[in-house]
Amino acid sequence: MSDRSRALESVSAEPGVVKPDPVLIVDSVSKSFGALRAVDVDHMEIQRGTITALIGPNGAGKTTLFNLLTGFDRPDQGTWTFDGQSLKSLGAHRIARTGMVRTFQLTKALTRMTVMDNMRLGAGNQNGESMTRAMIPSIWAAREREVTDQATELLHRFQLHHMRDEYAGTLSGGQRKLLELARLLMSKPRIAMLDEPMAGVNPALTESLLEHVKNLPNEGMTVMFVEHDMDVVMDISDWIVVMGQGRIIAEGRPHDVAQNQEVIDAYLGAHHEDTSVYDQGPVEIDHDLALRVAAGKTA
Amino acid sequence: MDAIAAGLSLAIGPLAAIYAINAIGLNVQFGYAGLLNFGQVGFMLVGGYGLAISVAVFGVPFWIGVAIGLLAAVGLALLLGYPTLRLRADYLAIATIAIAEILRLIVNTKSLVNFSGGSFGIPSAVTDNIGFSDTYYAIGERFFALFGSTLAGNFFRVGFLKIDGRGLWTMIVGWTLAAIFAFFVWLLMRSPWGRVIKAIREDEDAARALGKNTFVFKMQALTLGGVLGGVAGMLFVLLPGTVSPNVFLPILTFYTYAIVLAGGAATVTGPILGSVVFWFLFGAIDNALRNSSTFASVAGPMVLGLVGLGLMLVMIFRPQGIVGNKQEMILDV
Ligand SMILES: Nc1ncnc2c1ncn2[C@@H]1O[C@H](COP(=O)(O)OP(=O)(O)O)[C@@H](O)[C@H]1O
Ligand SMILES: [Mg+2]
Repeated sequence: MSDRSRALESVSAEPGVVKPDPVLIVDSVSKSFGALRAVDVDHMEIQRGTITALIGPNGAGKTTLFNLLTGFDRPDQGTWTFDGQSLKSLGAHRIARTGMVRTFQLTKALTRMTVMDNMRLGAGNQNGESMTRAMIPSIWAAREREVTDQATELLHRFQLHHMRDEYAGTLSGGQRKLLELARLLMSKPRIAMLDEPMAGVNPALTESLLEHVKNLPNEGMTVMFVEHDMDVVMDISDWIVVMGQGRIIAEGRPHDVAQNQEVIDAYLGAHHEDTSVYDQGPVEIDHDLALRVAAGKTA
Repeated sequence: MDAIAAGLSLAIGPLAAIYAINAIGLNVQFGYAGLLNFGQVGFMLVGGYGLAISVAVFGVPFWIGVAIGLLAAVGLALLLGYPTLRLRADYLAIATIAIAEILRLIVNTKSLVNFSGGSFGIPSAVTDNIGFSDTYYAIGERFFALFGSTLAGNFFRVGFLKIDGRGLWTMIVGWTLAAIFAFFVWLLMRSPWGRVIKAIREDEDAARALGKNTFVFKMQALTLGGVLGGVAGMLFVLLPGTVSPNVFLPILTFYTYAIVLAGGAATVTGPILGSVVFWFLFGAIDNALRNSSTFASVAGPMVLGLVGLGLMLVMIFRPQGIVGNKQEMILDV
């Protein structure tokens, strides 16, 4: 495996384990919706410069944990630090500016804006975003050119450049996911939190998306992503965190997790993956996932 | 033919200009930023009353009165925005519609009669005050003098429109301001600031996730639109030289929405064209009804219905509005 996962080699595979160089440290973060304890994480560390997958059955609390960490929802209690800075009392936009940037499970392409404008929006430090300075283009023209150049380069890399002047609403679902990831990169994040970046993407684009995600650590980024496809998870993750009913039930390298009895049980008892995020519908067993986890199948 | 002439007259007249300004403001809020302000008339009211009360009752100079009217609009925007703009969109909608009505009831209050003129308005026998529009028309008089003409007591012809000097002055001021404001909106909306504003309309969380302080941007858009409403309100009271609570009815906001939608939301010229079309329909239909023996007696109530029908036709043939972008409309997901 890669250099970066070597750092995790000596880390034991147990929930809440301490990492050699954690960039994100979560302590006693919990959140309840009524009687439902959606998130209840005692301790979690994310190793700098690695790709960590967050997996778990639907309703396990993965999205809620992302919401809490990125300031889109408030925890009932708990603290978390990003590179030593506590994010507990920061709003979502302030957290994003510290370099922790997320995407959403339901893609948020800004449909009635062009692909290029979607990209430009992602960049930080834009003096033209001040209302008063906005009226004098000569003030922000230079920064706008920089931003546009950066966007152009990324659009080429993500094979979206031919669409630059089209409305984002004309993109396919997969292209929107690509755009969302490219737009996130415009903000030059230090940790990218991707909530199901591959969901609903056709196989051809999945490959391309995967390549992009795999490359992020080479640019100095840490990646945490939620994914249901075990092939993908096993393929690109350096570390896997497994959630079940709000708690972290297992952690480890891909092969550790594949053999973990608790993980297999959690999946066997899981609700089937559903189109609705909040659906509490009939309990079905996700045979496919469970069997593959049980078989310890890796890519 | 008479009806067409009447429509064209209204379409270029001072009222259409005032509504164009109001609509440019609402378009910043609703069209570009997606803010549901259902109380634009409240901004007109505080602008108009701010000017009238400070000049007529407290005797401050006209321009200070204008500044107070503008500040009142800013204050109202902050008052409305601060508690609601962090919440779901509907809270702003509810707050705006409520505050606009409350403001109208307040200035209408009997106990405030020495302050706002109560239901009599300003100027009135009760407040025994000076005219707040004197300076405005004195400036107009000097402007007309540049062309060797006079404003007071004079009548003019502009196309089909026959208008007195005072009306013509507000027409000139109104359309000039509308053009200036449209230009500023154009400048703003092609800037990175405008990009964030549009992003907030599309999906506020996406903008927040990219580090934008959407609360501040929304507040700015609300305030800008409100200030333009305040300007419209000032012209609205300067035109007759009087202010009375009974003109600041909720329907003014809905006329303005009709104008924005007919002209094309989130376009620079849409609010101006929308106002022209709206008041053309209004003038033409009103005239036609009044001159018909059958409908003359019910002209009042029928005008609005038929104007609505006319606007529906506009929207059927151009659902995106007169200058709106068809593709943008379809992508509304
Ligand atoms: N806003 C909310 N209100 C009520 N319940 C919620 C809300 N968000 C999530 N939940 C519940 O919290 C649990 C965790 O949901 P979520 O974090 O979306 O799970 P995952 O992303 O792992 O599928 C689910 O049972 C879900 O129904
Ligand atoms: Mg989820």
